[in-house]
Amino acid sequence: MASADGTRTWVGQPVPRLEDEALLRGRGRYLDDLDPVPNACHAAILRSQLGHARITRLDVSAALELEGVVGVLTGADVAELSRPFPAGVESPIPYYAAANEVARYAGEPLAVVVANDRYTAEDALELIEVDYEPLPPVMDALTAAETPGLLASDRAFQYGDPEAAFAQAHLVVSQQFRFPRWSATPIECYGVVADWDEAAGALTAWANFQGPFTLHGVAAAALGVPGGKLRLITPPDSGGSYGNKASVFAYVVLLGLASRKLGVPVRWTEDRIENLAASAGATARVTHVEAAFAEDGELLAIRYDAVEDVGAYVRAPEPATLYRMHGSLSGAYRVQHVATRNRVVLTNRCPTGLNRGFGGPQLYFALERTMAIAARRLGLDPAELARRNLVRAEQQPYRTPSGGLYDSGDYPACLEDVLQLARYDERRAEQQRARAEGRLFGIGLACVVEPSISNMGYITLAQTAAERAQAPPKSGNAEAASVLVGPHGGVSVRIATTPQGQGHATACAQIVADALGLTPAEVDVQTEMDTATSAWTVASGAYSSRFSGVGAGAVHRAAEQVADKARRIAAHLLECAPDDIELVDGKGRVRGNPERALSLRRIAGTAHWNPESLPDGMDAGLESTSFYAAPNLEPPDDQDRVASSAAHGFIADVAVVEVDRATGEVQVLEYATVHDAGRLLNPLLVEGQMRGGFAHGVGAALFERTEYDDDGNLLTGSFMDYLCPTAPELPPLTSAHRESPSPFTPLGAKGLGEGNTMSAPAAIANAVADALGHDDVELPLTPPRVWQLLDESR
Amino acid sequence: MIELAVTVNGRRYREQVAPRLLLSDFLRHTLGLTGTHVGCEHGVCGACTVLLDGVAVRSCLLLAVQTDGAELRTVESLAQGELNPLQRAFHEHHALQCGFCTPGILMAATDLLAHNPSPTREEVADMLSGHLCRCTGYEPIVQAILDAAGAT
Amino acid sequence: MKPAPFLYLRPATVAEAIAALQEHGDEAKVLAGGQSLVPLLNMRFARPAVLVDVNRVGGLDRLGEVNKVVRVGALVRQATFGSSSLVRERVPLAAECIPFIGHYVTRNRGTVGGSIAHADARAELPLALTAAGGRVVIHSPGGGFRAVPAETFFVTHFTTILEPTELVAETTWPAAAPGSGFAFEELAQRTGDYALGMAACALRVQDGKAAATRIAVGAVSDRPLLLPEVGALVDGEAIGAGLAREAGTAAAAAVDPADTLHASAAYQRHLTGLLVERALLRAWENATATAPS
Repeated sequence: MASADGTRTWVGQPVPRLEDEALLRGRGRYLDDLDPVPNACHAAILRSQLGHARITRLDVSAALELEGVVGVLTGADVAELSRPFPAGVESPIPYYAAANEVARYAGEPLAVVVANDRYTAEDALELIEVDYEPLPPVMDALTAAETPGLLASDRAFQYGDPEAAFAQAHLVVSQQFRFPRWSATPIECYGVVADWDEAAGALTAWANFQGPFTLHGVAAAALGVPGGKLRLITPPDSGGSYGNKASVFAYVVLLGLASRKLGVPVRWTEDRIENLAASAGATARVTHVEAAFAEDGELLAIRYDAVEDVGAYVRAPEPATLYRMHGSLSGAYRVQHVATRNRVVLTNRCPTGLNRGFGGPQLYFALERTMAIAARRLGLDPAELARRNLVRAEQQPYRTPSGGLYDSGDYPACLEDVLQLARYDERRAEQQRARAEGRLFGIGLACVVEPSISNMGYITLAQTAAERAQAPPKSGNAEAASVLVGPHGGVSVRIATTPQGQGHATACAQIVADALGLTPAEVDVQTEMDTATSAWTVASGAYSSRFSGVGAGAVHRAAEQVADKARRIAAHLLECAPDDIELVDGKGRVRGNPERALSLRRIAGTAHWNPESLPDGMDAGLESTSFYAAPNLEPPDDQDRVASSAAHGFIADVAVVEVDRATGEVQVLEYATVHDAGRLLNPLLVEGQMRGGFAHGVGAALFERTEYDDDGNLLTGSFMDYLCPTAPELPPLTSAHRESPSPFTPLGAKGLGEGNTMSAPAAIANAVADALGHDDVELPLTPPRVWQLLDESR
Repeated sequence: MIELAVTVNGRRYREQVAPRLLLSDFLRHTLGLTGTHVGCEHGVCGACTVLLDGVAVRSCLLLAVQTDGAELRTVESLAQGELNPLQRAFHEHHALQCGFCTPGILMAATDLLAHNPSPTREEVADMLSGHLCRCTGYEPIVQAILDAAGAT
Repeated sequence: MKPAPFLYLRPATVAEAIAALQEHGDEAKVLAGGQSLVPLLNMRFARPAVLVDVNRVGGLDRLGEVNKVVRVGALVRQATFGSSSLVRERVPLAAECIPFIGHYVTRNRGTVGGSIAHADARAELPLALTAAGGRVVIHSPGGGFRAVPAETFFVTHFTTILEPTELVAETTWPAAAPGSGFAFEELAQRTGDYALGMAACALRVQDGKAAATRIAVGAVSDRPLLLPEVGALVDGEAIGAGLAREAGTAAAAAVDPADTLHASAAYQRHLTGLLVERALLRAWENATATAPS
């Protein structure tokens, strides 16, 4: 309860979630639970069996004859009825919602069968005859980089004078790192209900889409309709996304076209086999790093050469994964001379998209492994090397060489905190003893700046400054929220952040409760989003951990505006000044004279029932819609510098491992993390996001890899082969928090939830490398892979 | 079509079903009990877990017709008005985020606690190994189940 | 992923089940626990025209010991098998392998007989039965039975000597005698995963030496492999670390696994040797602990 003197607030409390009641009862409303359009037919998708092939024949005649089949949409139909999807760079190969003449990844849609039910639709799939003429697939990113037509973008960036710095180096570390493709695999798959209205030339689609809503425009462009003719509605509940459900927009178009061609509403629920083959995953990246160090360990310069595999097509918002971290190329360090060559290549894999960490895991694996290697070669403990290089507290806010603006944080203090939390010195001593016994005991460190709230303009870095000058600039990250006090006095909030488990409803309720003097339980938050009726903007959605800054910011603003109006109404009715009114315990009351009060219900009632009694010039009603844009997110400048994110958290992690010499098993004995995410809106939610991010990071480090063979066949095609960690596999996690509020967000909160996904692969890899004395550790560190490294060392 | 007579959450149903209709689809789409979720249809993720004659089973690996004459319980049966102690423990421990895997875990945990009222942490983790969650990192779920075991 | 259509039959007796199999021959597939078969149906890797659901067939779920042999009806659920005190005391090798089979919930439906008949080369029960020297008892048309030793029952991937018209009736497991020792070893990446390597050992101690040692390995071939030459290596000796390692080396040399998605052939070979070594040492330890003095 917000107290009269403002000392106690709901924000900052570990308020248990409002979402839980319905979800625990099985009353969640996920996409497949909805039945928004009566008599919707069911779709099944015919998918390419080969990784790269010419489709020389697609005969659907037998499928059309099957009883219960309504019709079929083919790749040729898609080519005729739609335009290629636009993307961040012009794709050498146009990307459509289905393949027409050439299939470019195993699982690519070739046709859509629409039938009375899914079982029949799948029966019909088997009656479609397809002739393939195999084409040679290209599966290796470095090969693709040298192959005409597969290099989609090649841009180089330089900040400071790296060459001069390298000339003075005492040590140069030169190493190649490969980060494999993996996928966050939400337990709920994609779902779409599409209802084309021929008379209006418009599509209404329900989908468990998570934003960013720039992709709404991309979908509309492909459909060849103005944005206003694509009504996109998201369900109240979504079963996890972690970025993956951004890419469902491609299926909105595909099913929309099916509905258009066949004149019936069409619904499709993706199954897991489809999901693993053809939804989205993280990019794989090959990064060559050269890092120059002074004798005392100062990182003088760093050069990256990154080859980013985005799959068979550049699908929007790619190459965002490669540019999302652009402002943080220097990581947590003071290095002033930075260069990168960014190449985007196509291989015969499913197109990539947002996936938890979104460029961070790939960057920090390269950077933090480099630091660990350098430490060993310099004869320094990695913690000491970090100490000597971390951005210092007094330098905040800190501008990085590539244009990033770090807002706040005491990185060195966080490092000391984690070393203490992990009992680092004791563990190093333990390591000495273990080594004497011949045991493989390793300790790894990772220091990670976690950006949040992406600048919508950063993607334009994929173009040159001259190219950028030819189009209107893009910048910022804004969100919209509405707070309404209805005629009945009930408070409801409408947000466009499409939560998928992050607890936005609870956090919003806390914020509004503080502003209006209520309890969170008295605030109703509507999480479903409708582009026709919600307030929203291109940046809307839940991604790049933007909620705590921008989402919460918009809600806070709207709530403050409603509070302000409520105070003015109360003041008018109670005949005092608005500044004398405080909103407490569901009432507007006169400060120092609490008997003179009006309930919020009465205040709202006046605004609705008796608008004549409102102050002159005041509109009826009691609501506000606010658009809030995060500051400092300018478009890239002419030197290709960009503040790619608005807020920056910091994470310092220590992983302690023992490797079983006989089996190659990696046991993470302990994992310690210190997290500074600014002001914590709800510590319970924070802990949950941290643990979830950590679990994904452990998955990428030890278990998960989307694997294709050289012929382009997907090998990890089911959950029997794509290995997500389960409870026994998660190591013990100890955590601590620092709160350095952001000066750039309304509540001082920073995004979190991706940080440990960025740090854990690096920290664990560092620990295993430390245990084995081996530099070339490749993920995931499965027992056979680790044993191979041991075997090679022998 | 085959006639199926089954009791679900205490209510008797009689339906004509195709033999190949999966129990998960029967519950969700024929009976409208959408609390049971589908995550993989090959028995790995555990989201579809329900109780069949008191024992936890994967509803995606059963044909609806196989449950003829049986008693099924789904997540909708757990709360008798108020949330039950297991559900309350999940709420208190923040053991769910997106909630999609939750019903399956609640049913499996119900089975576990019915047959083993005081499980060890290892036993809880072992049971959970048959359930995928991508949100919570599992620890809060383990704590919630141990807490519920202690409470009842 | 939905199954292709099939005719569904639910016999109530063994005779009805056999009759159904006779009528439909190799167009029919038997459905028991379904934990292995239904995923294949859902993915349409298996598309039988006829599904014979034997879950209601009477008399196939008995569990008991007769004449020092534990008889396990085909429909005994893996969970029941694992929690049975009879099995824990009398077939410790089987009891050891159960926790590795699938997961808590899948063991509620999965059956012992179903796992045996499904003959997945990476499954635990076929390996345990082979190492234990057990048999598969089969209902044949005409009401008769035939009993086949485990090591001849499994032919190759998902293939046994079962005729399309036959049904597994039960498996029989020799009951543990004093002075016998058993061990089941498995390494998988996650709890419940298919094994990267498996080894099972049964032996007796006689006058302070190993006797009747049976070593079998799994997941490295198209069926469980009994390694009589490795058993012969240790019979007549007391098993210490050196001999166990030697046996492990011999086992590793005796197998010829293929590279898989999850593990190289070299790793699987190495792991097999390691698990054989561990299984032997533990079985020996168990045997000498229970040997009559």
